[in-house]
Amino acid sequence: MLNFLGRRILYTIPVVLIASFLLFVFVRATFDPTAKLRSGRADSAAVAREQERLGLDKPVVVQYTNWLGDFVRGDWGQSERTREDVFDMIRRSLWYTVQLIFWGILLSATIAIAVGVYSAVKQYSPLDYTFTGMSFVGLALPPFWFGLIAIELLAVQPVKWFDLQQPIFSFVGLHSGDSTGFNLDYLRHLALPVLTLTVQIIAGWSRFQRASMLDVLQSDYIRTARAKGVPRRQVIVKHGLRNALIPLVTVMALDIGVLFGGVIITETIFSIPGMGRLFYDSLLAGDATVLVAWTVVTAVFIVTFNLLADVLYGVLDPRVRLS
Amino acid sequence: MIPEEEMRRSDSQLAGRMDTGGIVPTELSARAGVELSGGGGGDGPVARSQWQLFRKRFLRHRVAVGSIFVLLFMTVICFGASWIAPYDRNSQDLLLGPVSPNADHWFGTDELGRDQLSRLLFAGQISLQIGITVALLSTVVGATVGAVAGFFGKATDQALMRFTDLFLIVPDIAILALALQYFGQTNFTIILVLAGIFWMYIARVVRGQVLSLKEKEYVEAARAAGASPFRIITRHLIPNTIGPIMVDATLAVAGAIIAESTLSFLGFGVQPPNTSWGKMLSDAGGYVGTDKAYLLYFPGAAILITVLAVNFLGDGLRDAFDPQSGRK
Repeated sequence: MLNFLGRRILYTIPVVLIASFLLFVFVRATFDPTAKLRSGRADSAAVAREQERLGLDKPVVVQYTNWLGDFVRGDWGQSERTREDVFDMIRRSLWYTVQLIFWGILLSATIAIAVGVYSAVKQYSPLDYTFTGMSFVGLALPPFWFGLIAIELLAVQPVKWFDLQQPIFSFVGLHSGDSTGFNLDYLRHLALPVLTLTVQIIAGWSRFQRASMLDVLQSDYIRTARAKGVPRRQVIVKHGLRNALIPLVTVMALDIGVLFGGVIITETIFSIPGMGRLFYDSLLAGDATVLVAWTVVTAVFIVTFNLLADVLYGVLDPRVRLS
Repeated sequence: MIPEEEMRRSDSQLAGRMDTGGIVPTELSARAGVELSGGGGGDGPVARSQWQLFRKRFLRHRVAVGSIFVLLFMTVICFGASWIAPYDRNSQDLLLGPVSPNADHWFGTDELGRDQLSRLLFAGQISLQIGITVALLSTVVGATVGAVAGFFGKATDQALMRFTDLFLIVPDIAILALALQYFGQTNFTIILVLAGIFWMYIARVVRGQVLSLKEKEYVEAARAAGASPFRIITRHLIPNTIGPIMVDATLAVAGAIIAESTLSFLGFGVQPPNTSWGKMLSDAGGYVGTDKAYLLYFPGAAILITVLAVNFLGDGLRDAFDPQSGRK
């Protein structure tokens, strides 16, 4: 297992490096940091000075190596949009996004496992059909539309229908005013963004969990356990669920990328100053320094989650651990 | 020596099988595309082609069959919009302004007095065009690359897998938005950029299929007979992976429609005066919580219905191509 993990880590390092190089070249080619200067009244000498200051006059490989050296040392440069330190910006934004993704995974996994197990155990029951129908709709919903409709139907309209003082769910930020920490206010802010972020994920994972649970329930060792007289609940949970979770872990790891993409939409709709919002604003402003750092940090996060899934895989499945 | 009892049992089993009217063991018959006639009426086996079996299984999936009609309906009303739409594509009625759905304007009008039903139909042309073209393009490229990589293995295969690994570690939507910012946002670049991401998923699936298929005896036989790699891939491997390829192509239409709408919503997709369902939603996004929120419902519902129908169609195709998958 350790050997396997070591190899995985050794493999992911060059992948992240190559990906970051390509992104660096691509983002640099898309956005010119001196564009603002050019469009102003600055003469060509000033542009050249600025290019020299930013190291843009050197070959791209040299630029990349310099950037990488600085990046590793924690010097991520300065945002061209806000003149802030990029490291600080990302650290601040990451905290919001980590919250969204953490609650998102927790909610999706809980619902998906509950729905999946129920649907598999009670296959073709009315509720199973209902869940199947709901997951088809969930998979077909554009998440941003779901977010907008959720604000309209779950936050704005109920105020009129029930003559409320204020909406049940808030849809701006993660806290109102200067309140902080985990409290009712936080949950009321969290509900709609997390739901928007995960509506497709919940649907996908439930379908997947149902299929893998059905697979497991048809296997011989389940029949053996039942024949031995092991209590039904224990068969389902200990023999069934534990084995049916293994494939889900792989899918969860792969979907971390989807979640990181999803926050771009969610945070834009719900005005949450996280990584997604940062990407969106930086892209609109052509802030190359932030964009390069953003993509690398995101890539490292996704790779880490994939590694974590591999470890979890080993914990759940002894066969992986031993080989 | 076989014990007598054993002999008798196998005899009776054989007889039993003969009684049902089949000479071919059931397992084999299913694989050879021969289905035993039910009921044991003594009609003998009815041979059916793979295609007939496929069609029979597909028609049994009623939701998928219904979805075809839904999609046909959507296609006809969108591409026939020039004749069907009650108002012109961009005709404005500034004096009228925004009105909620009524008898004259079924889906209401926007702030420029543009009829939303008409706009929805014209927007559908772009959404459907992008969805279908992206699916076709990425399927052709993905299936070719996947088949070649899977068949030749080694370096080609490694190159494909390592290349696609690079894209798995950055969110698709971020790459797409960046690429559209770089290449500009015309319908043509949107299609190219989306296909540029989507082909990889199909390539990975086809590669996996080909990897297992190329060990089959018929491929070995073809190779022994002196068939070129090109012939083996086009005549033996691709036709045998056509099931998963068609399912993926179908689902890619749904994926592309959602991706396009998301990009348009963020402002990196279709640009005015063109409009797509995603672009309409993007325009309506600012009206959440106002009395013009009706602008939100129809374009979203159009996406939902289309994507739902496409997904059901994909599901039906999967069941029809692979009967085992349908039992879950």
